[in-house]
Amino acid sequence: MTRRIVKGILIGAALLFFLVPIYWIVATSFKQWPDIFAIPPKFIFQSTMLHYKALFNLDLEEVAKFGQAGKSLFPPRFVNSIIIAGVSTLLSVTLGTFSAYAFSRFRVKGEGDLLFFILSTRMLPPIVVGIPFFVLYRTLGLIDTHVGLILIYMTFNLSFAVWLMKGFIDEIPKEFEEAAMVDGYTRWESFVKVVLPQALSGIAATAVFCLITAWNEFFFALILTSERARTAPPSIAAVQGTSGINWGQIAAGVTVFLFPVVIFTFLVRRYLARGLTFGVIKR
Amino acid sequence: MYQKALAEYRLKIYFLAPTLLVLIVMNVFPLIWSLGLSFTNYSSLMSKRIAWVGFTNYSRILSDPFIWKYFQTTARFVIIAVGIEFLLGFGLALLLKEQFRGWGLVTTLILIPMMLSPVVVGLFWTFIMDANFGLLNFLLGLLGFKKILWLTNPHLALYSVAMVDIWMWTPFIMLISLTGLLAIPQSLYEAADIDMASWWFKFRKITLPLVSPLLVLAVLFRVIDAFKMFDLVFIMTGGGPGDVTETISMSLYRLAFNKFKTGESCAMAYIILILIIALSNLLIRWIHRTKTA
Repeated sequence: MTRRIVKGILIGAALLFFLVPIYWIVATSFKQWPDIFAIPPKFIFQSTMLHYKALFNLDLEEVAKFGQAGKSLFPPRFVNSIIIAGVSTLLSVTLGTFSAYAFSRFRVKGEGDLLFFILSTRMLPPIVVGIPFFVLYRTLGLIDTHVGLILIYMTFNLSFAVWLMKGFIDEIPKEFEEAAMVDGYTRWESFVKVVLPQALSGIAATAVFCLITAWNEFFFALILTSERARTAPPSIAAVQGTSGINWGQIAAGVTVFLFPVVIFTFLVRRYLARGLTFGVIKR
Repeated sequence: MYQKALAEYRLKIYFLAPTLLVLIVMNVFPLIWSLGLSFTNYSSLMSKRIAWVGFTNYSRILSDPFIWKYFQTTARFVIIAVGIEFLLGFGLALLLKEQFRGWGLVTTLILIPMMLSPVVVGLFWTFIMDANFGLLNFLLGLLGFKKILWLTNPHLALYSVAMVDIWMWTPFIMLISLTGLLAIPQSLYEAADIDMASWWFKFRKITLPLVSPLLVLAVLFRVIDAFKMFDLVFIMTGGGPGDVTETISMSLYRLAFNKFKTGESCAMAYIILILIIALSNLLIRWIHRTKTA
């Protein structure tokens, strides 16, 4: 009995440790100006939507009264994040599923080596690849373009998609396709009509992981974009008010930004171990 | 028959070629190019003539005492962060091994930190660690502690950043350990119970040997990731105060994008790359072993 109580307390403490920081930033985003810096910190406070209005440029007059200078750059950059994460995910999952199928079903010369080459590209530190990309993109005029960032995120997620999808496709019995092909389907038809529907939940999980990675990415966005194609992460970090760091607005930006990630985490909770180890862990 | 084999072969090529092409164009080619640049004095800022300088960049970096210091800082960061993540994560997994009501919700909630963007995490921890109005100092104040300058005290800053890394990545070790623990057949424990085995005996002879392959896997993943640490440092301290939190990635960033010594930074990138390749090889071999086991 005492063992169970101790266990309960420890688990409770762990939950607090991991969740209070998140609660705190979300709470801060709803706090009025003076309450954000109040000592002792306020756990109960009167909420305001001011920071969100400032973030999305709603009700500019009211926002201006509180010393907010100029328009927030957040909305277009939030849209950039959605476009870039979305398109790059679509591309890497599509290409990844095709080659995962080939690795799973066909005899590929040097398959093991190829798969590990693909995995090793993911291990490269972003900064190491970032330097030549910066030079290359400047020559090609791809700096600060959506296409440029989409290409990088697609590449970055591709190796991941191949590995994860190979695991999912390996689990679909070959007999299904073989039966379909006996019935006169071509290989392509049986891939589309038999394998893809079976692999759907795997594809969805892979897509969610790719989305989250691209959504969260900071470094490439920092060095390869400045205005037009800049995504949310580097711009949330750069929100400055008239008097130093505008924590209210940063908190609002952070909250808007992490909300979809939390939702997606719950959606793929069954696949988390698998997704984070490139499918090495199957359970 | 021959027709069909040809069609299959074509399909295989169509399915594989795009992926391999993308990886070669977007990864191999830039790396070869930067290898070339690493032997030049090229700067992406100035348009002076590019000159071939041989191994000068490499010898300059390898003889720079600061670079060695930054390597040490990075190693310290990796050892502290991953070490504590391992202990906490594995401990937490042991606590969560037996399911209870709300178990699914609790484990998923604990996993949220690692899914968040390091930028976002770095930002709100900077806020929480603020010396004056931060939540952390307030809570410690309740326990009678004095104000702690988490991010501006040179003796502390690296540990503060490590603490945030621990907050973020302990869940990862927890998740992988938990997966391993849940896969151990219950019958082994039951058999040991019949023999009246002690808790410690069961832990050492059943639990540890069976989860250790996954634990090693998790730690290797974390070591490689922590070694590349950039975002948290960039957001929270920018390498400061002074250069106490200057990790190797941070200093490479500075060399390439503040000082614009592109040639030299490519040389440094290659030195880091060799280390990462060595580490990833370890990981890849381990993946091979866990897969065949």
